[in-house]
Amino acid sequence: MITEGKQKIWSDYQKEIPDDHWYYVRSCIRQNFFPASEKMFTEITRKVLGKDIYETPHHTTCGGIAYHCDTIPQETVMTIVARQFALMTEAGYENYVPSCITSFGNYCEILETWHEFPELEAKIRENLWKACKREFNKPKYLAHTSDLIYHWRNAIAAKAKHHLVNKETGEPLKIVEHIGCHYAKMFPSKGVGGAEYPYVLAGMIESWGGQVVDYPERRHCCGYGFRQYHVKANRSYSVSNTWKKFESMEPFHPDAIITNCPGCPYFLDRWQYVIAEQTGKTYGKDGYGIPVLTYEELAGIILGYDPWDLGLQLHQVAVEPLLDKIGVEYDPKAKYLGLNKEDIMRPELPKSIKCC
Amino acid sequence: MKENIVIIGGGIAGMEAAKQLLVLGYNPIIIEQEDHLGGHVFQWHKLFPDMTSSHELLNDLSNQIKDANVFLETKVNSLNALGDSYNVILNNGVNIVAKAILIASGFHLFDAAKKEEYGYGVYDHVITNADLEAWFNKRADARIPEHPKAVGFVHCVGSRDLKAGNSQCSKVCCTTAIKQAIEVKEIFPDTEVYCFYMDLRLFGKKYEDFYINAQRDFGVHFIRGRVSEVGETIDNRLQVKAEDTLTGKPLKVTLDLLVLMSGMVCNPRTNELANMVGLDIDDDGFLKSRDNVYSIMESNRPGIFYAGACTGTKTVPETVAEARAAVLSIHRYLTKA
Amino acid sequence: MDFGFSLSKSSTINLDTVDTTLFRKLCEMEPDARICMSCGSCSASCTAAPFSGMSLRKVILAIQRDQDVRPMLSNCMLCGKCTMVCPRGINTRHLILTLYRIYDR
Repeated sequence: MITEGKQKIWSDYQKEIPDDHWYYVRSCIRQNFFPASEKMFTEITRKVLGKDIYETPHHTTCGGIAYHCDTIPQETVMTIVARQFALMTEAGYENYVPSCITSFGNYCEILETWHEFPELEAKIRENLWKACKREFNKPKYLAHTSDLIYHWRNAIAAKAKHHLVNKETGEPLKIVEHIGCHYAKMFPSKGVGGAEYPYVLAGMIESWGGQVVDYPERRHCCGYGFRQYHVKANRSYSVSNTWKKFESMEPFHPDAIITNCPGCPYFLDRWQYVIAEQTGKTYGKDGYGIPVLTYEELAGIILGYDPWDLGLQLHQVAVEPLLDKIGVEYDPKAKYLGLNKEDIMRPELPKSIKCC
Repeated sequence: MKENIVIIGGGIAGMEAAKQLLVLGYNPIIIEQEDHLGGHVFQWHKLFPDMTSSHELLNDLSNQIKDANVFLETKVNSLNALGDSYNVILNNGVNIVAKAILIASGFHLFDAAKKEEYGYGVYDHVITNADLEAWFNKRADARIPEHPKAVGFVHCVGSRDLKAGNSQCSKVCCTTAIKQAIEVKEIFPDTEVYCFYMDLRLFGKKYEDFYINAQRDFGVHFIRGRVSEVGETIDNRLQVKAEDTLTGKPLKVTLDLLVLMSGMVCNPRTNELANMVGLDIDDDGFLKSRDNVYSIMESNRPGIFYAGACTGTKTVPETVAEARAAVLSIHRYLTKA
Repeated sequence: MDFGFSLSKSSTINLDTVDTTLFRKLCEMEPDARICMSCGSCSASCTAAPFSGMSLRKVILAIQRDQDVRPMLSNCMLCGKCTMVCPRGINTRHLILTLYRIYDR
C-alpha cells in the first residue's frame, strides 16, 4: 500500500464543512439499534466541543427507507424532505446534518435532482405549501454526522483519555472502517476522501491512534440492503455478503470494526452470531467475534465515557476484549444495569459465539 | 535559401517528416519539449508486430535527420499568421517565420490513477503498459516481483470509457497487451497470465497471429470481462474482480502484478496550440482534420498540416505513413503557391 | 438454530482454487483446445444444442473453470458439423472424443 497515493486521492475529495451551527436530524432506526450513539453525538458536540447543534422534535423520517423499498414515490419523499428543510429554515439554520447515511444519500440525490430539474423543485415547493403552508431554503451546507466528527477528530483526540493502542504491546489497534454505501457511492464528490478510498472514518482511526485495515472486500456492501433484509426469503444473500466480508478481513485479525451507517453496524454485529450458528466459525480471538462500533461509540470510549452508558451491552458481539486491549475500566456487574441502576435483565447467551 | 518548415513535436511523426523534408530539399525545424527526440516510442522496448527494437528504429531515424534543426526542451510560446506565413515564437526567444507548419504533437497516455478502483499509485503492484516497457528496457522497478505467480492485463484503461471522457478506442492496447503478455511469459514461463478484455480489437497485419500465438504457444488466459475492482491482500498481492461474461458468473483471481493498458488521450498542449491560431478541435479532444477519409493530414487553415496521433489514436506504422503523406501535402502546397 | 434462511454458496469463479488438471491434460492431447475464441459457431450449428443445451464453446470454457461438462458432452451426436464451421480449424469432433477418453480413464 502506497500511503502517498491514498493521501493524493484524499486531498482531491475534501469538502467544506462549517465549524459550527448545525441543524441536526436523527435516523429512524439508529436509536433502536445502538441506542446511545445519537445521544453521544449531541453530548460530544455540545458538551465536549461546545458546538451549536440544534434539533427539533417536529422532524420526521426522510422517507429514505420507504423510497429504497419502492413503497412510496420519489415526489412524496421530496415533499417530506422539503418539510425537513422548512423546519431548518424556520429555526434559522443553513447547515444541515443527518445522522443516517441513507438520509444523507437521499438529501444529496434530491438536491442534485432539483439542481438538474428546477421545475421539479418548484412543484415540490407547491406540494409543501398545499400540504402544510410551509416554505424552505435549501441547506447551504449538507454533511453527514460522521463528516462532523471527522472534522473535529483532532479536537476529540486532544481531549482523549484513551487511545486506539494495545495497552499491553503498545501497538496501534487494527481497525476496519466500513462506509455505508449511500455515503459516497452515489455521489463520490460528496464524501470525504471519495468513494473508492473514503477517508472519513480512516481519518478518525488515525487521529485516535489506531491503524486502518484495508482488506480486499473493504468496499463491499454489508449486505443489508432494504428490500433484501426486510424480506425474510432474501436474508440468505444479505448474510452471505456479510460473511464474504468477514472471510476477506479475517487474515488481518482486526481488533474492531467501525461504521458510519445505521444498518451496517447492526448487521456486521448480529450476523456474526448467525454465521457462527451456521458455520461454527468466529472471527475474533478465542471464540469471540470482532466488536463492531459506531464512530460515536468509539469517540465516547476514547473520551472516557462509561461503556455501559454508551449502550455497548446491547451489542451481540462482546466488546469487552476491545475494552481490555485499550485499557478501559468497566464494572462487569454493571453491564446490565440501566441508567437508573436497575436491572434491565440479561439476554440468553449463544454457545456458538463467546459473549461475556 | 532553403524553405523553413516548422515541425511541432519530435516523436516518430516529426522525425519521419523531417527525414522526408530533408530529402525534398527543405529546412525542417523540430520543436520538442522533452530533452530527447522519439516521443512515446523512446520509452518503449519493442514494437509489434515484428518485435522491432524501438531504440534501433529511433537511432536509425536520428542518423537520417542530422541535418535538421532540432530545439530540445523548447515550447512554442505563440503561433500566429503573418501574411501567407506563420510566425512561431519559442520560449527560448527564437523567432521563426515559415510558410508551412506540421503539427506532430502526438497524444498523452491516459493517467491510470484516474481509474481509482484499479489502485494505480495506491497498491504496490499495479503498473501501466508504459511502466512495463520501461522495465523491459531497464529491468528495474520495485513494483515488479522477482517471481510472479500470476500476472493480469487490463485492456481499455481510460479508453472506450465515456465516464473518463474518452469514447475512443486506443487501437494499440489490445495488441500491446498480447505482445507484453507473451514477453512476460518468455521471461517467466511458469507464470499464469490473464488478459481481461471487453473486445479484442486485432485489426492490423499479423495482430491476430499474435493472439493465436499467445493462446496456443504461451497459454495466456483471455477473460472477456472488464476488471471492476482491485484490492490488496494481507500478503501484498492483488485481488481482482471481473465478470467472466462468457460463463455469466462473477470471477476473482489473486495476482502478483496487474498491468493497466492506459489508452491514448489528446495532448492538452496541442489544444493550447490550436487556440493560438484557430484550429478546429474534434469532439474527442484531438485536432479535427478536414475530413477523416481523404484529408486527415490537412487542417482548417492553409499551411498547417497534421501527422500522427495529434488527430486521433494511431499505430506506429500509421503514424509513419501519415508523416510521409503530410510531407507530400506540404510539398504540393508550397510548390503550387 | 433454524433461522429460516441460511448462508448461500458464492457463485464466484475463484481462479486461485480452480483445478485445471483436466484442461491441461486436454491441451497435451489437443493443443488446439487453447485457441478457441468463443465465437459460438459450433453451438450455433450443433444438432444437439437446441434440444439439450449442448455447447462445445461452453464445454471448452467450463473445463477451464473446473465445472463438470459430462452431462453436456453426453448429448453430442458426433455428427461433425462443428468441425466444419470452426474458423480456427479446431478438430472439435476429435476434441470431444479425446475428452471422453480422458473421462474414461
